[in-house]
Amino acid sequence: MITLSDVRKSYSDEVEIGPVDLQIPAGGVTALVGPNGAGKSTLLTMVGRLLGIDDGAIEIAGFDVASTKSKDLAKVVSILRQENHYITRLTIRQLVGFGRFPYSKGRLTREDEEVISQAIDFLELGDLEERFIDELSGGQRQRAYVAMVLAQDTDYVLLDEPLNNLDMKHSVQMMQHLRRAASAMGRTIVIVLHDINFAGHYADHICAVKQGKVVEFGTPEEIMTGEVLSRVFDTPVEVIDGPRGRLAVYY
Amino acid sequence: MTRAPRSTAGTGDTGAGSRTSITEAGIRPAPRVRTASVEPASAVVGQLLDWKFLLSVLGVLALLAASLLTGVYDIFGGEGGAEMFQITRVPRTIALVLSGAAMAMCGLVMQLLTQNRFVEPTTTGTTEWAGLGLMLTVIIYPDASILARMIGAIIAAFLGTIIFFLFLRRVSLKSSLIVPIIGIMLGAVVGAISTFVAVQMDMLQSLGIWFAGSFTSILRGQYEVLWIVALVVAAVFVAADRFTVAGLGKEIATNVGLNYNRIILIGTILVSIATGIVTVVVGNLPFLGLIVPNIVSMLRGDDLRSNLPWVCLLGIAIVTVCDLIGRIIVMPFEVPVSLILGVVGAAVFVALLMRARKKG
Repeated sequence: MITLSDVRKSYSDEVEIGPVDLQIPAGGVTALVGPNGAGKSTLLTMVGRLLGIDDGAIEIAGFDVASTKSKDLAKVVSILRQENHYITRLTIRQLVGFGRFPYSKGRLTREDEEVISQAIDFLELGDLEERFIDELSGGQRQRAYVAMVLAQDTDYVLLDEPLNNLDMKHSVQMMQHLRRAASAMGRTIVIVLHDINFAGHYADHICAVKQGKVVEFGTPEEIMTGEVLSRVFDTPVEVIDGPRGRLAVYY
Repeated sequence: MTRAPRSTAGTGDTGAGSRTSITEAGIRPAPRVRTASVEPASAVVGQLLDWKFLLSVLGVLALLAASLLTGVYDIFGGEGGAEMFQITRVPRTIALVLSGAAMAMCGLVMQLLTQNRFVEPTTTGTTEWAGLGLMLTVIIYPDASILARMIGAIIAAFLGTIIFFLFLRRVSLKSSLIVPIIGIMLGAVVGAISTFVAVQMDMLQSLGIWFAGSFTSILRGQYEVLWIVALVVAAVFVAADRFTVAGLGKEIATNVGLNYNRIILIGTILVSIATGIVTVVVGNLPFLGLIVPNIVSMLRGDDLRSNLPWVCLLGIAIVTVCDLIGRIIVMPFEVPVSLILGVVGAAVFVALLMRARKKG
């Protein structure tokens, strides 16, 4: 379980996060949704200890994020940010291998190699594993990063808009991979999503964030209503019953 | 859940058949082991590389032999030839090996730490700071030992590099090409300060000799401190994976539990030590740290630990070739190696910039 109690962070007078009190249950996929600039990514980044908090406390599986050693936390939670642009030329296999860093500090053991292979296969990158990251398409690259955080073998996985820059097919595939990681591997996945319909279809819980505060938390059935979504997104939203579940229509 | 068939033609992994397939049970339980009969991929690759690596080592050894045999003095026929060989040729060749490897490696480490392909000690001002430190040490303690001068150079190089890094962190630069330009400008300012002080102190000539990287004056009894850089190379090798992770950025490094700032600090210290020592003993070796890592990266990617031997080897080869050219073209006189390196390096630098522009 991830617990945020009275978490605050202020950038300036206008931009403020919190106070946030939130409990994200262990297991399943939890989607963070909300309008632009609501603070979804900031919240996720703070949970992943990439950004400090001004006040309050965050606990992941009982570990206090601020006081637990970063290298111990690396075995409990992994986080993937949205922009991953770097100059280092690594193959997929080498990149995914660095997910094992918390365990082996770079000297990969046979067991590490095994976990790496499994993560690569899990995201169907086996044929590409010796290719360099900069030679891949956007979708393949995104999958390689996700393979890296899965290889880190943490119970909690935080992903900041992993569907960014993915087309329809790859978005659906990515969500299926993540769903599978949650159900088959027992991971707790917290994910920032832009498209409310993806959240409605693939998430077990939806957390709506607005102006730095959590305004709704519940199951997709509870959140996917016209009244709630219109309020969260400040725009008229109708929810209809589609062939595969509820759909938000806001065009 | 079916898995895409794996090609066995992949260069790295021959163990395709032994791979586990993903089942509904998930990938976590029941760790499967690749069948023992299949050679681990890394060993196969390792053998292949060893073969290429061996050949490269032989090539470099041939270059070093050429360096030992090149010179005006007739070491075979002349009087005291053997002694001359030991006093000048051997130290010079050892200095080529140590400084070539060290500066190439410094470039690579700095590129990882700044995540910028165009950064190295001479494009960040580190070398100029080391020169300033050296000169100030000599001014304050005119009869400073080589060790004291070195420490002065190292401290100045460290301060200068930290200033540059802090600056980079403050200003988020849109283009990676701006970074070396700022570094070179900063270096020029520091160099100008050095020149001004030198003019005031009537030291301009010594300054010119210090700054121009040259192996001419490497003699027995004066170069031995260079062995310290061998320790720095060893230290980088030990911390190689940490530097590679740091090269993936602060967020990924933090995510896998690394203390990013500490790695940056360690890297800066190591680079400063190597740059400081090489600047004091040899002088400025421009662009070496730039061209070597870029060529190795193009050919082999960026896994630092497996690349380090290659980077060192190529650094040695380039410095040795440039030094040989410098010794031969105006025989019986010599041209400083920094001049040759500057010409060659600038051409490669421009080529890299063009390539970067084309790639967008």
